[in-house]
Amino acid sequence: MQPDFLDRHSRSDSVIHRLPAAGKLAAALALVVVVLLWPARYLPLMAVPAGLLLLAAGLSRIPPSFLLRRLLLLEPLVLGVALLAVFQPGGWRLMLLLVVRCTLCLLTMILLSNTTPFADLLRVLKALRVPGLLITTLMLMYRYLFVLADEAQRMRRARMSRTFVVKRGRQWKVLATVVSQLFVRASERAERVYSAMCARGWQ
Amino acid sequence: MHIPDGFLDAKTAVATGALAAAGLGIALRQARRHLPARRVPLLGLSAAFVFAAQMLNFPVAGGTSGHLIGAVLTAVLLGPSAAVIVISAVLIVQCLMFADGGLSALGANIFNMALVGGVGGWAVYYLVSRAFKGLFGRVLAAAFASWCSTVMASVACAGELAASGVVRWSVVLPTMAGVHMLIGLGEGLITALVLTGLSRTRPELILEPAQVAGARPYGLVAVYGVLVALGLALFVSPFASQSPDGLDKTAEELGFDAKARVTVPAPMPEYTIQRFSGARVGTSIAGAVGTIAVFGLCWGLARALVPKGQPKDVAAPAPRQ
Repeated sequence: MQPDFLDRHSRSDSVIHRLPAAGKLAAALALVVVVLLWPARYLPLMAVPAGLLLLAAGLSRIPPSFLLRRLLLLEPLVLGVALLAVFQPGGWRLMLLLVVRCTLCLLTMILLSNTTPFADLLRVLKALRVPGLLITTLMLMYRYLFVLADEAQRMRRARMSRTFVVKRGRQWKVLATVVSQLFVRASERAERVYSAMCARGWQ
Repeated sequence: MHIPDGFLDAKTAVATGALAAAGLGIALRQARRHLPARRVPLLGLSAAFVFAAQMLNFPVAGGTSGHLIGAVLTAVLLGPSAAVIVISAVLIVQCLMFADGGLSALGANIFNMALVGGVGGWAVYYLVSRAFKGLFGRVLAAAFASWCSTVMASVACAGELAASGVVRWSVVLPTMAGVHMLIGLGEGLITALVLTGLSRTRPELILEPAQVAGARPYGLVAVYGVLVALGLALFVSPFASQSPDGLDKTAEELGFDAKARVTVPAPMPEYTIQRFSGARVGTSIAGAVGTIAVFGLCWGLARALVPKGQPKDVAAPAPRQ
């Protein structure tokens, strides 16, 4: 598996990438709030924040196909709930508003995560006095996410290369074995990480 | 169940954000006091584990696929406070890195999945595993708690969506709860299988319920319980009251009825309202029967996984010859 499947472009270089992480986080938050509080009457004027976003996307030099694919991956969820909204009086209008709103917010967050390395975001959170234990947890999680995801895929591949057909009933059992092995490996790794952290003077 | 940006209105986002921050704060405080230093990296690794486990899809009926949510599994393995931190970390990373779950809905998602799903599920697990002893009791409790946790979280989610005026309670509750009653079955099955496997191979990795909660389990449960109850009172109870439609009533009371002025008249609005009170009784009965049936299913599953002759003490299994 590619180790950077989540935030593939976060470490490339562009005008947007070079902006300070705190500024980008604040701008993303501001944009999300503005879009959410945008009155429904002025829906066409939503083109203004949309234009800003597209400008930022262009400046960041992330391939549009990547942004589009990420959007399409997340959009079904939005459409699902938006469809439920149709059952309300004035549903179609509400649905249109919801879809536009959600798409803009999604694009904002995709841009943020692909122009800012996660470690930089965590540094901002730390400066904002987010408790250290949560920061440590987030850092370790980000560090080992890809390792464990890779390990899970390896276990899956190993199992598939040894089985011709998985019977439906056994599928659950196999999945449970993979999950529990994954937890065993995660906790063994946690022990090693703890020793390594202590060896480096962690308190 | 990740709510994206745009579905929650300002009041719901702020209220859930405050509840989530309070719950996470309590969990962090609790962990700082009681969590041994050597278990600190385990929080981060467990969060990575939950994330990786969520990527393993399994086929559900009809060509769709689902994945483990892992709230109860984490709570059973690490204890409720650690689970709140772990699941919140997963949600924060999913939000910031993957845009899965919105920034403005982060509070709501943490409230639903970490507090209602994690702590609520753990409370069910704790109560049931006290009533039924041994590994059988724990497997039964974990399976049932996983189902309850999934359904409870989906009901909280439905309440928030309805309170935001996005979808009607009478539409969103049956949809969300119905789907998650099915998803919960898979969640319960996997959690039970994982727990049985782990307690056979590596029982030392699972914390005893008593070990987790310390000397005052009820104090801890009460603190989280107040938070969860507060959230449910805000978002779910207005709809469960005697009024025909909770949202309309709340809107009337709060005076933003005019905002929701109908642009397209609903087809037969009275029809929905009149049918609703009858449907509510029906839904309640169906819910109760369903819950009992699921408990029965979990009983059967636990019996199948842990036959009667098994040694009762899990933490110290009989030495193998």
